[in-house]
Amino acid sequence: MDNTPLVIVDKLKKYFPISKGLLFQKQTGFVKAVDGVSFVIFHGETLGLVGESGCGKTTVGRTILGLYPITEGRVVIENFDVAKAKGVELHQLRQKAQMIFQDPYASLNPRWTVSAIISEPIRVHHLVQSETEKTERVKELMQLVGLSPRLINRFPHEFSGGQRQRIGIARALASQPDFIVCDEPISALDVSIQAQVVNLLEDLQDRFQLTYLFIAHDLSMVRHICDRVAVMYLGAIVESADKDELYEHPLHPYTNALLSAVPIPDPKKDRNRQRIILTGDVPSPINPPSGCRFHTRCPIAKPHCKEITPEFREVGSNHWVACHEIA
Amino acid sequence: MHPLLAVNNLVTQFVIPEGIVYAVNGISFRVNPGETLAVVGESGCGKSVSMLSLMGLIPTPPGKIVSGEAIYDGKNLLALKDEEMEKIRGKEIAMVFQDPMTSLNPVLTIGKQITEALICHLGLTTAEARERAINLLDMVGIPEAQRRLEDYPHQFSGGMRQRVMIAMALSCEPNLLIADEPTTALDVTIQAQIVELVLRLKQQRNMAVIWITHDLGVVAGIADRVNVMYAGLIVEEANVDELYESPNHPYTRGLLGSLPRIDRRRDRKLIAIPGSPPSLLVKPKGCPFRSRCPIGKEVCQMEAPKLRNVSENHRVACWIDISSGEQISG
Ligand SMILES: Nc1ncnc2c1ncn2[C@@H]1O[C@H](COP(=O)(O)OP(=O)(O)OP(=O)(O)O)[C@@H](O)[C@H]1O
Ligand SMILES: Nc1ncnc2c1ncn2[C@@H]1O[C@H](COP(=O)(O)OP(=O)(O)OP(=O)(O)O)[C@@H](O)[C@H]1O
Ligand SMILES: [Mg+2]
Ligand SMILES: [Mg+2]
Repeated sequence: MDNTPLVIVDKLKKYFPISKGLLFQKQTGFVKAVDGVSFVIFHGETLGLVGESGCGKTTVGRTILGLYPITEGRVVIENFDVAKAKGVELHQLRQKAQMIFQDPYASLNPRWTVSAIISEPIRVHHLVQSETEKTERVKELMQLVGLSPRLINRFPHEFSGGQRQRIGIARALASQPDFIVCDEPISALDVSIQAQVVNLLEDLQDRFQLTYLFIAHDLSMVRHICDRVAVMYLGAIVESADKDELYEHPLHPYTNALLSAVPIPDPKKDRNRQRIILTGDVPSPINPPSGCRFHTRCPIAKPHCKEITPEFREVGSNHWVACHEIA
Repeated sequence: MHPLLAVNNLVTQFVIPEGIVYAVNGISFRVNPGETLAVVGESGCGKSVSMLSLMGLIPTPPGKIVSGEAIYDGKNLLALKDEEMEKIRGKEIAMVFQDPMTSLNPVLTIGKQITEALICHLGLTTAEARERAINLLDMVGIPEAQRRLEDYPHQFSGGMRQRVMIAMALSCEPNLLIADEPTTALDVTIQAQIVELVLRLKQQRNMAVIWITHDLGVVAGIADRVNVMYAGLIVEEANVDELYESPNHPYTRGLLGSLPRIDRRRDRKLIAIPGSPPSLLVKPKGCPFRSRCPIGKEVCQMEAPKLRNVSENHRVACWIDISSGEQISG
């Protein structure tokens, strides 16, 4: 890991239009899925992005890779401006930045063999000269992720969930990327398989100096695998810090509540823990609350939190937070 | 203590075109009044099927309860007629299902769904049932309960639907609540709300709970006792403190070793369990964990180990003594 940013995200917004009516669609508003998010990811680093369902994690991941058009703001990956990349540049960007998807079942084409799935990026990016070289490369990749190359002509449904996720990882690695967005790569897997996949991702990172954006809602796993962590709530980042700092000295009341809600697999310790139970549900991103978005559920909210949006500012070394009540 | 429910040697299978699914392969356990029993295990290990078998909710065909008994209040639930089971289900033993959206009726209001059970099981009048329904929704933390009775399931968030399910399950004050992964689809902050709710209600009513989950963190916070399931069998059974302090089955050990901890700095790589669970389409032979087991011996290939006592509150199904690595004698 070094100190030059590989990915720069600046005041990124992604709004999805909502429309009514079938024939004459009338736009009635926006889902403000990502509403002004800024962060950088350094070379070789793993940045964790955590938060509750629907807070915009996947949308951040897809938008920074250019899979969704950017509504506002700027994303730079390896000196490519994602919004402006076209033609050759876009092609290079697609090769350098890849994604591993949330659902190992839905993200693989069921009618393609493993060979076809893994070799697609190799083909698209013309990374080999011949058919035999391509097959060799696919087998190499399968070996790398712990799949037997003998299974090269099988179809996705013939594999278990963990194996399918490995196919997805092999596909992501095929174009020799520098940066991978891992969108909940282990959520759909059984506990006993999760550690296998996490260890694999770590080994590959060491071997190929990969940089990861690791999206997850499992906060224990994020502490394990990430270097830095950013916490999202309703389309915005509310806190970010180096991982041990964040887990040991959380500042934002939402981070505090989130961390205190994670069960610890140790009965004696878990029983004696102070839990902060948040009341109510996450508000809608169509009409997010005014001022601080968290004020409707915040245990320490003051009247001004409803009026003024808190600025995301650095309060300690590398520790950023958006809250009026933090000195 | 007299158990509230005692299950003996339950075997449930499904006959499908590909063959027989050996889903539950002879499990025995009991639940005491007022206690929380957690059932943990990975996807497909038979957690839901074993509970649905008790409740008489296995679709037959393809399902079939091959053997076993489940003694509740002197009656064998597995031998009851449908009408008799109907009286117990929902009233004395209630279940919260894994997926709240599929178990709520989308075309009926929440109010209608709760009051129906109250009218049918407890013989309340419509007005009494409404009153009770409002109290129940209130109790599970649904704001403006009176107004929300008129709403349909899709108008509630996932967490609220799960709370509605719990309200419905508790409506007739059951002696036993079976909660099948009631928080798996929910965020941790909502999960914490539901866990707190169930623990509070359980204490207020001295109700027994069977809580099914694959999350060993959740188990630590809620359970008195734990059954660890693997490939249709209970492989370890202990009170919660003892299970986490001295897991005896290599699978339980493996699971605990492969979990990252939110309360600790990282000190090592995760220890993964190699391989994956066996196919349930193959007739079980030997120990189901043998292909992934780091300490297995020849005997494990031949015969499935039975549960044996480790201590008064702790039983394990393994041929090997975990501390010495030697095959147990006798
Ligand atoms: N293509 C789309 N069109 C319209 N709305 C969308 C679209 N994709 C996402 N959204 C909305 O944007 C918000 C953020 O969704 P997103 O999938 O990014 O959340 P997430 O944090 O990844 O959640 P999860 O943990 O459940 O995966 C949600 O309200 C979602 O409904
Ligand atoms: N209706 C059915 N027909 C055929 N097989 C079934 C049926 N219902 C369950 N099974 C099989 O029985 C086995 C046990 O399933 P069960 O639903 O009990 O698993 P589980 O432990 O609850 O898993 P999960 O954690 O995913 O809910 C699985 O292999 C499943 O595929
Ligand atoms: Mg997502
Ligand atoms: Mg289940």
